Amino acid sequence: MADLTLKALSKSYGETKVLHGIDLDVADGEFIVFVGPSGCGKSTTLRMIAGLEEVSGGEISIDGRVVNHLEPKDRDIAMVFQNYAIYPHMSVKKNIAFGLRSSNMSKPDKEARIAEVAGILDMTDLLERKPSQLSGGQRQRVAIGRAMVRDPAVFLFDEPLSNLDAQLRTQMRLEIKKLHQRVGNTIIFVTHDQVEAMTMADRIVIMKDGHIQQIGTPDEVYHRPDTTFVGQFIGAPSMNMLAAELTDGVLKIEGGTEIKLAHEATGKVLLGVRPDDLRAGAEPVLIEGQVMLREPLGPDTLIYLETPAGEVIARASGRHPPQLGDVVSLGADEDCLHLFDATSGVRLP
Amino acid sequence: MAMADTIRPTAAAVLETRGPARPRNMGQIIRWLILFAGGVLMVMPIAYMISTSLKWPHEVYDVNLIPKEPTLENYTYVLEDGRFYLWFLNSIIIATITTASNLLFDSLVGYTLCKFRFPGRMIVFIAILSTLMIPTEMLVIPWYLMSQSFGWLDSYWGIMFPGLMTAFGTFLMKQFFESVPDDFIEAARIDGLNELQIWWTVAMPLVKPALAALAIFVFLGNWTAFLWPLIVTNSVEMYTIPVGLSGFGDEADVAWELIMTGAAISTIPTLVIFLIFQRFIIRGVVMAGLKG
Repeated sequence: MADLTLKALSKSYGETKVLHGIDLDVADGEFIVFVGPSGCGKSTTLRMIAGLEEVSGGEISIDGRVVNHLEPKDRDIAMVFQNYAIYPHMSVKKNIAFGLRSSNMSKPDKEARIAEVAGILDMTDLLERKPSQLSGGQRQRVAIGRAMVRDPAVFLFDEPLSNLDAQLRTQMRLEIKKLHQRVGNTIIFVTHDQVEAMTMADRIVIMKDGHIQQIGTPDEVYHRPDTTFVGQFIGAPSMNMLAAELTDGVLKIEGGTEIKLAHEATGKVLLGVRPDDLRAGAEPVLIEGQVMLREPLGPDTLIYLETPAGEVIARASGRHPPQLGDVVSLGADEDCLHLFDATSGVRLP
Repeated sequence: MAMADTIRPTAAAVLETRGPARPRNMGQIIRWLILFAGGVLMVMPIAYMISTSLKWPHEVYDVNLIPKEPTLENYTYVLEDGRFYLWFLNSIIIATITTASNLLFDSLVGYTLCKFRFPGRMIVFIAILSTLMIPTEMLVIPWYLMSQSFGWLDSYWGIMFPGLMTAFGTFLMKQFFESVPDDFIEAARIDGLNELQIWWTVAMPLVKPALAALAIFVFLGNWTAFLWPLIVTNSVEMYTIPVGLSGFGDEADVAWELIMTGAAISTIPTLVIFLIFQRFIIRGVVMAGLKG
């Protein structure tokens, strides 16, 4: 186990800069998830930590040791790839043992370690099988086993669940989390799926265009997003953004109502409200709109309203949702309202 | 349930309702005829080779496929001629070493060109490919001068050196290595293997079908090579089978029955090579189909 530090880490391909000096401190045993849309630099960062991409600037330290110029094998890391990268010509056992090739362990110790890992991952009966005889979830477990067997300082996961179907993804998500609780190694996990990020991470690093937008616990990034991007990226459906103007503690929502807020800022702002926090008939009323579409989810129904400020999404009761065409007044508690600068999209203090 | 109540028609009932088998459509018949003609065209030279090897010299120029008086005399003659064994051995040595060399070097260069990024990579690749455009007939003179100046004339090394590595093999292997995902290579790098170990342990087993195909091509190419071995060898002891067989007969007449006998015997190793390696090719195709 080890801590990991990124200092002003940057990456360029020729003239194109894809990572703009990011800083991050990962504590020993922490589960960190990098999340962001395609091309945000999350996988590049992971590959730089792994040593598979050259560092253009900045520093990567693992357990206090700068590893910028070390070969991947000398960094004491293990990586699980999106496509599993388990060798089709080797049995499960050989695939797992592959991680120990350069180890100084004796043969009986290696055998014991493989058996231990197979036991943890519930693969003891599969050891002699070839990857082509395994299901997607089992292949992923083999890939994790190969990474685990070396007991590395840091585990790197590069979108490992994205090739699995929805049910298996949920199951593997749980298994990886349990595994982390059991082995306690530092984990850096890359995904573009915000649900994965929310459910697995101790802390989430949200990236966009090569910049870190926010680092925080799932609660922090969900309930207190630093930018409109984070607000809209985390949470499904996305946070509603309503244009508004703040003057002397009064928030005037365009096409909506006026509410009093204990806020000193003035000028054009964006009011962010999560669909989960918007409730029909709640006070203070923010906006009124007509139900144009409903998405029943069982316990809840998502309602899409046409308002003077554009489309607004709210979560309504699953049993007695408003009917199509109904005009609904939506309100939210004051502490569920998020104010962002209209130009920069940064949260107002 | 309604579904359970449904009575499923028996196979016999289904056949009855279909009525008599439809006549084969014309397209299929034409396809078969073309295939048959192609098959005959392929097999005829081999059949004629075996037929001629079973004929007496006076019957060689008769076009009949079945010999009137079949004889094994030609086989006895060729197998009792000590030179044939020598040529056979020469051909085996040359084709085997050249095949092994091609498998090694073509795959090494192909892998390097495919999986490494270095300045001039494309120039090297194009330079290698461009040698494919030069006909062998143009190359034999520089090869000969080279052999002469290095003292390789009339030696195994002289026969083998132009074919120890081929542009075609390099190209073939490079293309096949493209299908090996980079994730495999990177995973092995993280697991502590050096580049040579990755090539040998991870990449090579994944391109076995290509290696098998290359082995067949190179072995056959060298087994049947005629022009260069003819030019570079002087002594009968250094001849390969094709060169040696061409010498059967005398200035007045060519002993076709003996040449065909030697050729028939010399096809045996090529068939063995094909039988050994073709299963890798078929397995490769099957594996590709199963990849999920």
